[in-house]
Amino acid sequence: MSDTHAQTVSFVRDTMLPAATPPVREAGAIKWLRENLFSGPVNTILTLLGFAIVWFLIATFWDWFAHSVWNAGSLAECRQIIAATWGESARGACWAVIRDRWNQYVFGFYPMDLYWRPTMTFGLLMVALAPVLFSASRTIRRTVLAITAVLTLWAMVVLGAPAGWLAFAAAVLIGGFLISERHVLWLLPFSIVYPLLGVWFLWGGSLWGPIFVLVGPLLGWIAWTLVSRIAPMLGVVAAILVTVLFWLLYAGDAAADAERLLSLSIQTVRSDRFGGFLLSVTIGVAGIALSLPLGIILALARQSDMFLVKTLSVIFIEFIRGVPLITLLFVASLLLNYFLPPGTSFDIILRVIIMVTIFAAAYMAEVIRGGLAALPKGQYEAADALGLDYWKAQRLIILPQALKISIPGIVSTFIGMFKDTTLVTFVGLYDPLKSMSDAVRASTDWKGIYWEPYIFVGAIFFLICFGMSRYSMYLERRLQRDHR
Amino acid sequence: METIERKIDRSQMKVSDEVAIDIRGMNKWFGSFHVLRDIDLTVHRGERIVIAGPSGSGKSTLIRCINRLEEHQSGHISVDGVELTSDIKNIDKVRSDVGMVFQHFNLFPHLTVLENCTLAPIWVRKVPKKQAEATAMRFLEKVKIPEQALKYPGQLSGGQQQRVAIARSLCMQPKIMLFDEPTSALDPEMIKEVLDTMIQLAEEGMTMICVTHEMGFAQAVANRVIFMDQGQIVEQNSPREFFNNPRSERTKLFLSQILGH
Repeated sequence: MSDTHAQTVSFVRDTMLPAATPPVREAGAIKWLRENLFSGPVNTILTLLGFAIVWFLIATFWDWFAHSVWNAGSLAECRQIIAATWGESARGACWAVIRDRWNQYVFGFYPMDLYWRPTMTFGLLMVALAPVLFSASRTIRRTVLAITAVLTLWAMVVLGAPAGWLAFAAAVLIGGFLISERHVLWLLPFSIVYPLLGVWFLWGGSLWGPIFVLVGPLLGWIAWTLVSRIAPMLGVVAAILVTVLFWLLYAGDAAADAERLLSLSIQTVRSDRFGGFLLSVTIGVAGIALSLPLGIILALARQSDMFLVKTLSVIFIEFIRGVPLITLLFVASLLLNYFLPPGTSFDIILRVIIMVTIFAAAYMAEVIRGGLAALPKGQYEAADALGLDYWKAQRLIILPQALKISIPGIVSTFIGMFKDTTLVTFVGLYDPLKSMSDAVRASTDWKGIYWEPYIFVGAIFFLICFGMSRYSMYLERRLQRDHR
Repeated sequence: METIERKIDRSQMKVSDEVAIDIRGMNKWFGSFHVLRDIDLTVHRGERIVIAGPSGSGKSTLIRCINRLEEHQSGHISVDGVELTSDIKNIDKVRSDVGMVFQHFNLFPHLTVLENCTLAPIWVRKVPKKQAEATAMRFLEKVKIPEQALKYPGQLSGGQQQRVAIARSLCMQPKIMLFDEPTSALDPEMIKEVLDTMIQLAEEGMTMICVTHEMGFAQAVANRVIFMDQGQIVEQNSPREFFNNPRSERTKLFLSQILGH
């Protein structure tokens, strides 16, 4: 390099440049259109093709939607109205069937004078979920709880709930709202007893049943504290053993005895009266609530160093994932009775919930294992180096991060499971999609109506699943911890 | 060689006769690879030991054996008189008394800086939350980042993260600190702030074992430098002797290579 050249290369900056704003180029809709829809010949053709398809779909179905009938007593009446309004050859949607059979779609064959019970159960569910799902944002919680309280109480009044229960629901809903304003985690005890309350509200019978179900784990816990002093693993086994034995051998008799002493009964509703969205939501919520913890346990077991624990969990996961859900449902409805002691009648919905839960849990376990595997080894090492034991490290360090990574997969599993609840039609339960629509068509009034019930049920499923999906995205954003 | 310019206060740096770590005839294998061979090492309370050596020589594995992040297969390690065996209780005891700082910080990204520092005191030592937070703030001030207490690790620079990691270890009031290449993942500008923190610790009389390539730090702070190669301790000496008068050929080669430019 020559000296003269070196002179031009040598450079010292005396003032640092301030940050500048980007140049103002053409902006707005025109720019967006050109960049996104018409950036080149291929893109332009695809855009036009896309528009053509959308136009074709709208053109085909528009009339059918536009000619919707909402008020009619039967399909024949619907067709009459359409013909009278839009001419003989016009086609139209007959949504009147939804209006006519609304109760059936929502509650199945649940006794009509007790419709308020599932309604109340659902309303209280929101209070129970508040500390779990809406713990971070006061605004969201306030909105959800306020809307729930108003709607639930209004619906209960309309459905003719007895005054006592109305007062109870109002106390819980409004009390829950007020408590959540003070400190939302104080609602957690309610969240814990809610499942048993919910079961009691839905199926009725004696409150002593759920109470003695609760006693099982309590005895298990006592057994655990006693035995785990000798050997921690043995303590876990003892706890499970005591709980299950109590449930199988004593809980039923004890509940019956207690009922004789002090009756705490409300009208019983048998499982075959459940149907429609009540059935789907019951199975779905129970399955979701149970499959996540079970999935976590299975995922941890699969990562365990203990050979037996690991092998059992691998066998369980691979077996359940390798079998269609319908097979498990048939096992639940037909085979399970062979294995149970004679005389025990195991509720069909409970059996289905168990099967759906273990099915979803097997998938969940693999999703969570993915999250666990994605964590850097350093996180485990740092937790170890600080002296945290296995369970504390899992609970405080590993699982919060692994679950956060797994949120999309977990919610996908939830959504899949919720949609799979329609498969209970194969074991004779009245799911909203197939069985209920068949039941609706079985009447002479609505014979031959296909599209409208399916579209309606599909739309409701879409709303719920889309809601879960949006919630998961909100949760991911909320738990985002970097680049803020 | 990078020199440490600041004046080191040696008034608190006292090596006592009390044994902090005692390693006798320790061997370790990864599969069939003999990674640590017949290690004998006694560390007294207040000692500042720097372990140097080429990569793959087993330096990190050695200090990771001291809090049993790695398991040794033969020989004995005792820390503060507690023998490390497969007894979980002993392991947890030793781990809560021995702080460790990692090359990649390993902070918990889902917790704030303050929560990172208070987690172990609260859950392992059962310190009340308020008190744990006060202690944590004291140590965060010591590493000069109290203003970052409510941020998440992902929002801090590498040097800041490593100082948080040091503070997190200190919150457990450890008797011994292990440093596993604490500056290797940092930009040159950030190395100094971390080294300053480590020097400060040494000045307060902390027993430290540091695996590091910072020879300036070794010269200024260490009272003993250990050179390892192929899983064994090849040479150990005072830093002055080690750097000016290395005895083994391997050490001479190593020093000429890292101090060559």
